[in-house]
Amino acid sequence: MLPADYLTPGSSSFNDFLAKQAPQLLPSARAGGTQSAADLAPHGTTIVAATFPGGVVMAGDRRATMGNVIAQRDIQKVYPADEYSCVGIAGSAGLAVEMVRLFQVELEHYEKIEGATMSTDGKANRLSTLIRGNLAMAMQGLAVVPLFAAFDLQVQTGRIFSYDVTGGRYEEQAFHTVGSGSMFARGSLKKLYREDLTERDCITVTVQALYDAADDDSATGGPDLTRRIFPVVNIVTADGYRAVSEEDVAVIADEVIGARMVRPDGPAASLT
Amino acid sequence: MTAPFYVSPEQLMKDRADFARKGIARGRSVIVVQYADGIAFVAENPSQALHKISEIYDRIGFAAVGRYNEFENLRIAGVRLADLRGYSYDRSDVTGRGLANAYAQTLGTIFSSGGEKPYEVELFVAEVADASEDDQIYRLTYDGSVADVATHGVMGGQAEQVEAYLAEHYTPGLGLDAAIRLAADALASNDGEEARVIEPGTLEVAVLDRTRALPRKFKRLPEAAIAAALADA
Repeated sequence: MLPADYLTPGSSSFNDFLAKQAPQLLPSARAGGTQSAADLAPHGTTIVAATFPGGVVMAGDRRATMGNVIAQRDIQKVYPADEYSCVGIAGSAGLAVEMVRLFQVELEHYEKIEGATMSTDGKANRLSTLIRGNLAMAMQGLAVVPLFAAFDLQVQTGRIFSYDVTGGRYEEQAFHTVGSGSMFARGSLKKLYREDLTERDCITVTVQALYDAADDDSATGGPDLTRRIFPVVNIVTADGYRAVSEEDVAVIADEVIGARMVRPDGPAASLT
Repeated sequence: MTAPFYVSPEQLMKDRADFARKGIARGRSVIVVQYADGIAFVAENPSQALHKISEIYDRIGFAAVGRYNEFENLRIAGVRLADLRGYSYDRSDVTGRGLANAYAQTLGTIFSSGGEKPYEVELFVAEVADASEDDQIYRLTYDGSVADVATHGVMGGQAEQVEAYLAEHYTPGLGLDAAIRLAADALASNDGEEARVIEPGTLEVAVLDRTRALPRKFKRLPEAAIAAALADA
């Protein structure tokens, strides 16, 4: 027989249900020691997101590092959250991937139980709650810092939210970056971003920004030409979430690399 | 001191079954029917907000008749069970059979326990597979019995006459529109007398579509699509 708690009316949150029924499965359940565990597990690095009229693009490099070692060269760090949003992760990779999985179920669970999609702000707040639950782990050096992007059907625009390790949630305008290479990526985006970008140009801008991040940050992976490993790019528009195919990203990455062969520092912005 | 009246177990079960059956017979029917690309659920339901048909998991759908609060409770329990299983194991480990078993245990225990009244509900749990031969449809009754349904099934108020109409007119490999029309005609059938008229707005239709690219195969059809399917005769 189904346990009584399953049949009790209550929260539409899967996280709350899990905390009650199987707390050992929560990503934050392994809090323990007081020493730093930062060097024990791989870290994901740079995520960039930018809006364009009609949607939002999110892209992530493919590298995970453990100290000076490259732990994985083709890790995926940008995931769909639901039909109208995606989430990118920087920080402790294993924990972050688990948190994304929980976040995906959280949104789907709500949708099924309530029979309605959660509002964009509601989704952003739920992600806050998940990160806040992870604070004890963050204190041990296992922080998870996601970037959340969604197409808001109510206002018909793409929106970007960033977070801090305490679960603080900040809505960003136009573009944002997180992770170790984020300051270089942000510098690049500042010079390349325009409000009237087309979808394809917006992808190019994010690929350029990741190139610049990899150029100056050893933990961010640049385009891997011999293995043909390029960034993961996701787009959310009024038509919903979609991952840009590897072939399409490769075409854009090849263009960017081709131009860098001539001018290694990337496109020149005008002075005024 | 007066001794309590003796009631034989047979009589007790019969009374409880009669009670549950009466409750279920008051509502309109729900049909589940296999079509070429999946499984369709069709229910007569004037409410746009209170659903009789719902999504449980990627490939699993749920339909119910009877008391709303009772089957809504079971539906939510099913979603919780499926999501917890999928999260702690893998999405592919959530099966219709597992869910049907959990429902059967629950309904059976409630039916035969002395204290509570039995649930006045019947459920369909359907799971769509990659090939139509592997589709699975389970029908669960108020007492916890499970039956494997092939190609089509009916439960609720006029189940027998609707079932008879379906059995007579069903052909394997129907298109979706044809399947919806068949189900609507079966719901409207009136035991040989003139059929009732069913407006598209009072039909609730959802499908488990195996051709859907997304992992979640469940899709609720909007009223316009239902009207188009019915008009397409």
